[in-house]
Parts: sequence; structure tokens; C-alpha cells
Amino acid sequence: MYSLETKKLCKSFGALVVAQNIDFRLAPGDRHALIGPNGAGKTTFVNMLTGALAPSSGRIFLNDQEITRTNQSTRVRAGLGRTFQVTSLFRSLPVLDNVALAIAERSGVAPRLWRAASSYKDVIAESQNLLAELGIADDAATRVADLPYGKQRLVEIAIALGLKPKVLLLDEPAAGVPSHESERILATLEKLPSDIAILIIEHDMDLVFRFARRITVLVQGTVLVEGTPEEIARDKRVHQVYLGEQAHA
Amino acid sequence: MSAQFSGYSADPRIRWTEWLPWIAAIAFFFLLPGYLSLGARILIFILFALSLDLILGYAGIVTLGHSAFFGLGAYTAGALGAHTGVTDPFAQLAAAAALSALLGVATGAVILRTRALTLLMLTLAITAILLEIANKWTSMTGGADGLAGVKVDPILGWFRFDMYGKTAFFYCLAVLFAGWWVVRRIIYSPYGAMLTGIRENTARMNAIGAPVYWRLVLIYTISATMAGIAGALLTQVNQFVGLNVLGLEPSGDVLVMLILGGVGRLYGAFIGPVVYLIAQDYLAKQYPEYWFLGIGILLIIVVLFARGGVLGILDNVFARNKKAL
Repeated sequence: MYSLETKKLCKSFGALVVAQNIDFRLAPGDRHALIGPNGAGKTTFVNMLTGALAPSSGRIFLNDQEITRTNQSTRVRAGLGRTFQVTSLFRSLPVLDNVALAIAERSGVAPRLWRAASSYKDVIAESQNLLAELGIADDAATRVADLPYGKQRLVEIAIALGLKPKVLLLDEPAAGVPSHESERILATLEKLPSDIAILIIEHDMDLVFRFARRITVLVQGTVLVEGTPEEIARDKRVHQVYLGEQAHA
Repeated sequence: MSAQFSGYSADPRIRWTEWLPWIAAIAFFFLLPGYLSLGARILIFILFALSLDLILGYAGIVTLGHSAFFGLGAYTAGALGAHTGVTDPFAQLAAAAALSALLGVATGAVILRTRALTLLMLTLAITAILLEIANKWTSMTGGADGLAGVKVDPILGWFRFDMYGKTAFFYCLAVLFAGWWVVRRIIYSPYGAMLTGIRENTARMNAIGAPVYWRLVLIYTISATMAGIAGALLTQVNQFVGLNVLGLEPSGDVLVMLILGGVGRLYGAFIGPVVYLIAQDYLAKQYPEYWFLGIGILLIIVVLFARGGVLGILDNVFARNKKAL
């Protein structure tokens, strides 16, 4: 059984093809990275997985259940969590509330409209524990907009973890983060429960090669190659289309 | 007094400053007995503004058609009192609330699939359609002449509506208190926190699995119900209903009131109607032809220099004093 699987997934915007016949599999507990040059279609792929974007053709399965046509919220409730490439938080709310909103949604508390939110001590305690695990418990009362960017990325991850996902999609979790803080993000990712299947999209090759056990390289909307970090590092095509670019840079 | 912030970190206990509007209302009753009709009108518009704040201030739904519910509530109470013999005030309120809720859920289910300008135009279209129906259906609504002769029984069989507006004032105050209590519970609840989340970042709420559309339909319906009750109160107090309860003008008026008071702050809905209606009352007496000019200038000043409305100014003053201390 796969946690996440796509079969011949395609996406076009008119004549522009951004994803073409992508076959992809993620098993429970996998630590998988999706890399590729800018414009390779990585974020489009993630958006199709989460339901933010409808595929032109192909199928998506979550824990062997087809989710191709289901909406975003149903996919989340089925265990699909994500973070965003560009930080997408509730900026005027405190850090605690950002995480509590996700936990309340998962636990079915969110639609209740009579008792005060602050009286749901279990939601607040779980939020605080999660923030403590990520090392940002001291910032619980701080407005997200007042946090440094690195910590905002951690809040992104905390929100996703608050949903207790079976599959976690991390879209460039270290983007725009200073190197010492990306170390912290990597340490956080390494501590995540081993049963969660994680797909990370990242340009930071150091982070990718230290974190992932398998890597898929996407180029112009198609899978170029998939393998272990060692195999990818040795692959000449990858050097040519991706790592080569970095070497020149 | 600002209750701008709701959510899991907020303290839901009622602060002493939150009792001030109620104390002020009771003081108004004793100190200004000649203005009780104006007072009752202010209380009704506070309830109307409160209902708008729930969707605009907390859920981020922009609308220019909130008068559709206000007007439907007003005509429901009017038609019952004038045509059917249903003259119990609470029965009229309940009927107005039910029909407004029905219109809220029916229109909300359609228009809340849209956003921004499309949404704004659709809300305007709904109130314009209702205005035209009220205008043409003269046998039920009285058309352009309005619907007179609306009968309303004494409240609880005891308190008859008097010409000085004493009963009307306390009746409106009691209904407003109930409305405020419900709204306050909602905004401090997990649902209220979730609404703030939708207003702040709809894409993120979708990504955490919230069925955003249905949650918006629910709050829109609750807000429509409250606006309908406010409209019914206006009819009961005046024992008359005219076309001026529908269309762009009352929608615009209540929006201006909310902006003056402060959007998304709960008590902005209290301050805005007080400022607007007192200014209107004063200016209309002094400058009958140009009173709207005064309101316009007031609005420009607030929009340019006090984006958070009167409550925003007060918040800034308190914040500065706190820093100075």
C-alpha cells in the first residue's frame, strides 16, 4: 500500500504543458525529495496533490483511495498536510492561535460557536506542546507578523503537523531562511514521527541530500529520474540539467 | 473597549468597559426623555450594524446589499401587523427572523461562491430586486406610499408602545442586548476564531481542511437573521414601513456607520450609529438640504486619518498612554 500515488498525472494551461504523465509513489514513512530547476512544475505538482489545482488528466490516490476529484478539505481530513512555498500564515494572530486553528479543525472543535475558544484546554495544550517540540514555545503569544522569517517557516510546519497528517508535503521549507536556521528546520524534520510519509520540495541541495532517502528529479513537467541520493548524485543527466546549473552559478 | 481580537489566546470574560454602552443607554433614557424615539432608532441601527460587522468585520464578506434582510424583516413584521392579524411583537420578530434567515441561506449559498467585485454586485442586485418587488407589490407593501397601520400588541401584554418612545426604547434595548450577547459568544468561540482565520487567509484555511464555503454560508445566515430582526424592530417602533428600508441607501448608511465606529471591533457597531444618527439629526435640523455633506466630510476624515474608526483612535490613544507609563 502506498500513502500517496499518482498515475499519469498531467496539467496544461492552454498549450503550455506543466506536468506530463507523472507517475509517483510515496510509501508510509518515506523521506522523499522532489527537485528540479525553476519552472520544472514542482509546485504545480504539489498543488494538484492537495487539490488546489485540478489535473487535466491522470489519477491521484491517498492510502489507496482515489482523491483526484475530491476537494481540498476532504483531502486534508483524509491525512494530507502541506506547507507553502511562500509563507502563508494568519499574520495578525498570535503563533498559538495559528496552530490552534489547525488542531481545532482536525479535532472537530472549529465549528462550535457557543463556548469560548480559550476554554478548549486540550486544543491549547496540544498547540503548546507542538510549539515546544519545534522550539518556538516562547513565541506562543507573539503575533506571527512580528516573528523573524525562519521562525515563521517553523510555524508553517507546526500548522501542518497540527493536522496529524499521514502524508506531509513540504514546499521549500527552508526557502529564504538563513543557513543556521535551515539547520534548525532540518533538525525539526528529522525528529518528525517515522510513520509520516514526507515529500519535500527544496532547492537547498545540502538539506535535500541529508534528509531524503529517495529523490525524484522533475524537468519540464516530466520525471527525469528517480533514485537514492547517491544514484542521483552520480547521474549525468541530473548534473547536466540541474546540478550543472548550480555548479555554473 | 476594543474586542478586535478573538480566538484561543483571548480572554472571553466581559471587561468593565463593555458595560459602558448599557450604562450610557440607561442614562440616556433618564437624562434625555425627549429623544427616546431617536434613541430607539440608534439602538435598532446598532443591531443592524452588529449584524454587518459579523460578516464584514469578522468573516471578511464585503456587501452592499445587507438592507435586503433588514428590509425583508421590516416588511414581514409590517405585513403581519397590517394584513394578517398577527400582532404579537415576538411572533412578528420570529417570523422576520425566519424569513430573513431563509433569504440569507438561499442567497448566501449562491453568492458566496464568488469573491470581490462580483460578490459586491450580487449583494447589491439582491437588495435592488427586493426593492422593486416591494415597490410593485402594492397590495402587500403599500408600494411607494409605504405600509401604514401596522398593529403591534403591548410587549408581554403589558407595555403598550407610547408616543414618547419609552416602551420602544427599552424593547429595542432588550433585543439589542440579546443580539450583542449572541454575537459576543460567537466571536469568542472556536467558530469566531475560524472566521478570523478565513478573513486573514482563506487559502490557508482551505489547506487546514476547513469547509470555508459552508462556514461562510452559516455566518451569512446568522447575520441575515439579525438584520431581519433589526428591520422588524424598526417597523414595530414606527408602526409603518416604507421603501427606504431596501436598496443601496440603507446598505450604504449602515456600512458608513460601521466604518465610522470601527470595523471588526464589536463595539465599533455601537459607536458608529451613535455618531452617524446624532450627526444626521443635528445636521438635518441645521442644514436640511446639505446634511449629507456633513456626513460625507466626517467619513472622508475617518477614512483618511483614522482607518480603525473612532475605536481605532481610542485604541491608539490608550496604546500611547500605556507606552508613556
